[in-house]
Amino acid sequence: MYVAVKGGERAIDNAHAWLAEERRGDKAVPELSVPQIREQMALAVNRVMAEGSLYDPDLAALAIKQARGDLIEAIFLIRAYRTTLPRFGGSNPIETETMTCDRRVSATFKDAPGGQVLGPTFDYTHRLLDFKLAADGDVDDAPLGTPHPDATPHIMSFLDQEDLIQSEPQGAETPADLTRTPLELPASRALRLQSLTRGDEGFILGMAYSTQRGYARNHAFVAELRIGAVAVEMDIPELGFAIEIGEITVTESETVNQFQGSKTQPPQFTRGYGLVFGMTERKAISMALVDRALRWKELGEDNVGAPAQDEEFVLYHSDNIQATGFLEHIKLPHYVDFQSELELIRKLRREAQENIMQEAAE
Amino acid sequence: MNIMSDPNAARKGWLGLLAKSPAADVARLWAALQVASDHTILRAPEIGSVMVRGRAGAVGAAFNLGEMTVTRASVKLADGTVGHGYVQGRDKDHALQAACVDALMQTDAATSVNAGLLMPLQTMADKYKSDRAAKAAATKVDFFTMVRGED
Repeated sequence: MYVAVKGGERAIDNAHAWLAEERRGDKAVPELSVPQIREQMALAVNRVMAEGSLYDPDLAALAIKQARGDLIEAIFLIRAYRTTLPRFGGSNPIETETMTCDRRVSATFKDAPGGQVLGPTFDYTHRLLDFKLAADGDVDDAPLGTPHPDATPHIMSFLDQEDLIQSEPQGAETPADLTRTPLELPASRALRLQSLTRGDEGFILGMAYSTQRGYARNHAFVAELRIGAVAVEMDIPELGFAIEIGEITVTESETVNQFQGSKTQPPQFTRGYGLVFGMTERKAISMALVDRALRWKELGEDNVGAPAQDEEFVLYHSDNIQATGFLEHIKLPHYVDFQSELELIRKLRREAQENIMQEAAE
Repeated sequence: MNIMSDPNAARKGWLGLLAKSPAADVARLWAALQVASDHTILRAPEIGSVMVRGRAGAVGAAFNLGEMTVTRASVKLADGTVGHGYVQGRDKDHALQAACVDALMQTDAATSVNAGLLMPLQTMADKYKSDRAAKAAATKVDFFTMVRGED
């Protein structure tokens, strides 16, 4: 039986009006502008772009404002907006080799060509609250150095020259897209990477951490972490050639992991890969570790039953919008569902009670 | 890629610069440009997305990284020259101005459009890049080896 219930419109309207007022907060405090969020909450904006899977800092900042800083709600808004856009096409794969690096560090080679460039990092800060920020916002200009004119080659290319690292297989020119076709298992590496890069940072971090603690341990070194701007190029049919259609900031993390070899092949290091929109290094490193753990089958490793090796578990639970949608729906009215449960339990209890009385009587 | 080997290099260059430049800068320089640009609109500005791709391990199989917003438009000048604009973000004027610049750059107006709009945009882009590169360079680690006094 389906019972339609009407009502609550006024309550809903009033709730939303109050939400708008609460969003604004104390009117004696100046209102936050979208550019302020974009410029000063940049890492929140980056996370919303990465998990919302849409690179547009202004929209992400607007979503954060609308969501009162609830980043998953903001990601939800971006995902919903994304579906309204016609898609002009797919870009050529970005060339991270040509990245203008703000930051580039290697945990494996001290003297990497291109150098260790720290960039605007939280690393080596003391994690002490800085009360000066509460007083005034004045900052000194950052010191300038002399940029080196040379390219910054990928660290992995050096290992590759010596054949010390497994080579990356090529794949389809147009990769499968989980926004167009529902994710099916077993998933190609391309689909796994797409799923991981838009997955929830907390979930991917937890999965990555579990591999470090011993659940499918694969002992990762961060061969290279680079953050910076890279041009996006796309073929334009009406022009007949490819042009740059924009420039995005991404974080790339490449891990070098323990090796394997066989009777026919000498031992080689293996790779994990993370690439995420924005300055998002915790997420990118996590992605590389989970990518590596999920590769157990193609690398001929044992499935030790670790959660991070289970692609169904990882890929079907990493999306925070799917997760929150299903989780939060249980707070919405289930009056009829629950009424039937209630009637059932009353019936069962009545029968149990009658049985007890009957046994007592006998 | 150099201009000698690719006949489209110059056009690629200005289209890429227009796509990446901030909409506000393009609008300001466009407004100040003393160039006749009567045109009809072939394709009205349209906001859409492009799926950005990466490669596994930076060199392997392509995968979908996520989308970015892009706006495009096409125009035709009075003399029939067609221009296309594809720009990052959601600014319709930006796309239209890029299309007009693309068309004008194929005409006799190229010299003045280049001097009045493209060159200033390139100068700003270069400055932005070199400033960041200089800040990054200042954070480059100089290792030195501690020599132990064991002689």
